[in-house]
Amino acid sequence: MTIKLTLDNKEVTAEEGKTLLEVARENGGNVPVICYHDATTANALCRVCVVEVEGMRVLQPACIVKASEGMKVQTKSEKVVRSRKTILEMLNSTMDLSEADEIQHMMKDYAVQENRFPDAERRESEVKDDNPMYVRDYSKCLLCWRCVQVCAEDAQYTYAINFEGRGYETQIGTFFDKIIPETSCVLCGQCVGVCPTGALKPKRQFLLEQGVSPSEISVMNTGRKKRKERK
Amino acid sequence: MSEIDLAPLKPAIEKYIPMSRSGLLPALHAAQNIYGWISEPVATEIAKTLRVPLADVHGVIEFYSLFYNEPVGKKVIRVCTDPACGIKGSDDILRKLYKQHDAEPHQLNSKLNLTIEPSPCLGMCELAPAIWTMDDYNNSWTVNQDEANRPQSLVYGSIRELTKNCGNGETTYLDKYGKYEAFEKAKQMPQDKVIAEVKESGLVGRGGAAFPTGVKWEGAFKAEANQKYIIGNADESEPGTFKDRILLLDDPHSTIEGMCIAGYAIGASKGFIYVRGEYPYIVPVLEKALSEARDAGYLGKDFDIEVRVGAGAYICGEETALFESIEGKRGFPRVKPPFPTTHGLFSKPTVINNVETLCNVPLIISKGVAEYRKIGTEKSPGPKLFCVSGDVAKPGIYEVPFGVTLREVLEMAGGVANGKNLKSVLFGGAAGAFATSEHLDVKMTFEDLRSAGLPLGSGVVMVFDETRDMRDVLNRLGHFFAHESCGKCYPCQMGTQRQKEILHRISIGKVDSDDFVRLQDVGWTMTDASLCGLGQTAASAVLSAMKIWPELFEVKS
Repeated sequence: MTIKLTLDNKEVTAEEGKTLLEVARENGGNVPVICYHDATTANALCRVCVVEVEGMRVLQPACIVKASEGMKVQTKSEKVVRSRKTILEMLNSTMDLSEADEIQHMMKDYAVQENRFPDAERRESEVKDDNPMYVRDYSKCLLCWRCVQVCAEDAQYTYAINFEGRGYETQIGTFFDKIIPETSCVLCGQCVGVCPTGALKPKRQFLLEQGVSPSEISVMNTGRKKRKERK
Repeated sequence: MSEIDLAPLKPAIEKYIPMSRSGLLPALHAAQNIYGWISEPVATEIAKTLRVPLADVHGVIEFYSLFYNEPVGKKVIRVCTDPACGIKGSDDILRKLYKQHDAEPHQLNSKLNLTIEPSPCLGMCELAPAIWTMDDYNNSWTVNQDEANRPQSLVYGSIRELTKNCGNGETTYLDKYGKYEAFEKAKQMPQDKVIAEVKESGLVGRGGAAFPTGVKWEGAFKAEANQKYIIGNADESEPGTFKDRILLLDDPHSTIEGMCIAGYAIGASKGFIYVRGEYPYIVPVLEKALSEARDAGYLGKDFDIEVRVGAGAYICGEETALFESIEGKRGFPRVKPPFPTTHGLFSKPTVINNVETLCNVPLIISKGVAEYRKIGTEKSPGPKLFCVSGDVAKPGIYEVPFGVTLREVLEMAGGVANGKNLKSVLFGGAAGAFATSEHLDVKMTFEDLRSAGLPLGSGVVMVFDETRDMRDVLNRLGHFFAHESCGKCYPCQMGTQRQKEILHRISIGKVDSDDFVRLQDVGWTMTDASLCGLGQTAASAVLSAMKIWPELFEVKS
């Protein structure tokens, strides 16, 4: 069934059951997302996709709220922009976003003030290089939850990682901080695939960035001095 | 470190096997009662026994403040540092304790087998400063250094409806409570008639959200499912709130009877009372009352109630976070919709009501709607409990009809203590707003408070006299919300931290010229964009303070 709603003062039509994010995208709107990913269950936790819906007390996350008949939606009202900008500024004062390209663009779009929170305590963490497949640098982690989700019911049912701490001190972690080879991790790599910030990175990429040459990496992986020639 | 002997653990957690993951918090509590903390082998054993992934067990331990993954002393002393206790010198008490015992915050002094730590609100605001001493890994209480088995219940006010069985220095068990007459009467009525009575009574939730109780019940009644649940929310953790503690400790049967009626009305077969981890002394009282109710035939056949104990997480008072906690998970609030009335605990239709709300139910049924509505005003009917603490002569709970003024409540409480003048009242809770002498004649009804910009919240009236430094109070509120944010949604996870940092800076006189705007942006972003009620109200008191005392947030020229 087709429904009618108003998006930024323009009447649009949509299929019933679509989310506001889908409707906005279909109509050329640019609603930013961080935690949302097509392959994971939407948790509506980053809140940068919030929009203003007439009659609702608080802003609504476009990634999960369904469009309904007669809805009046503002995707870039003053309230919406203040929230998005402040969230981005807080992120920027919390973790290392240097390798999060999409968020870098978003920060430009929203004219994010550098160093908005001068004395902010940042979330720092040592790089965890404890397995042959990937490295974990949680000072780049913005807690989108995707890695935990794909490790569990969204894909792999492996349950190797979960959360440590609470609130601002939350971090992704293993059982009593065990190294990856001592967990149930099967090195499937799905967590690396969904990480938006480079907090999880393939080991090979990590080594290349450190200046290690492909042939040296090959020695590390196989013990062979030369790559085996293909027949 | 000596090897951990797992022998006593196995029999202690075996009974939770049928509960599987939902047995996780009970099993962790059982383990901590034996060892004091949860070590890796103990967590592994629990994970295997309940078939929960190891990383998930660790995630749960890490979420709850009262679960420890490092050794703690046989004696743990916790001192509340939230506003009501803070103004009564809790920082000094902590400093003295650290010095006296040569201890560091949160660190085990292994020589003395002692851990000392600051704590969020212990729900003893009227007895401030509150100190909770746990001996031999068991939970017992010390109030103001006096040995006492139970905290005192100070009950006052102009009416005694909800508190008729409270304040006698002892629990009102079934022999004195009498028959569940309201429940008997309700059972003679069709279910929808009971719901109609509750709707017509005008009862709205007393936990803070003020949602119409009857509408909640109707939603769950109409939802189709093979199983429905009733939950008594006794996770009262809002700084300044202690009414549910007194209601449950002095009069457990009112809550249980309220749940029986609710259970009958919506067709639930199972109920839970979720008691916050800081109220361990209520658990045996509730268990005894439940067993009396079973013996009397009110419980056990079609409907029974189980007690669940939290473990130090304010967020678990949020209804969906509480479901997650009962299900054995970290207390992350869920996105709504779907709402609890159709998808609540274990995804089943669930009614969750605050303790004070439940205590209103037997009153409504036994008095009848017309009599009940004679209490209070037309639009805000019924009795209301206010938790009065801080700088008043007689702190305690005050039962009054809706419609009295703040001035009247303060007069009942003997006015500002020591003949001082009033500076302000933190109204509604940490998630409330500040009132000043301008608001003294506001009638305490939902409609009058709304137009005065004061949220009723959980009925907190925390009084500050003219000598109090509001920057210190705000610093404590900032610390509280940062400590209690679950960390799920970004506005609250980072906003409570940034708010705390700025409020701390202001409290030590290092205010920056941009701090006013920063606090506004952070505050409104949390208010507008957070996922749950915690984040949406985490800046409420701060934003109200910025209106009343803007000079506190500005650089002195």
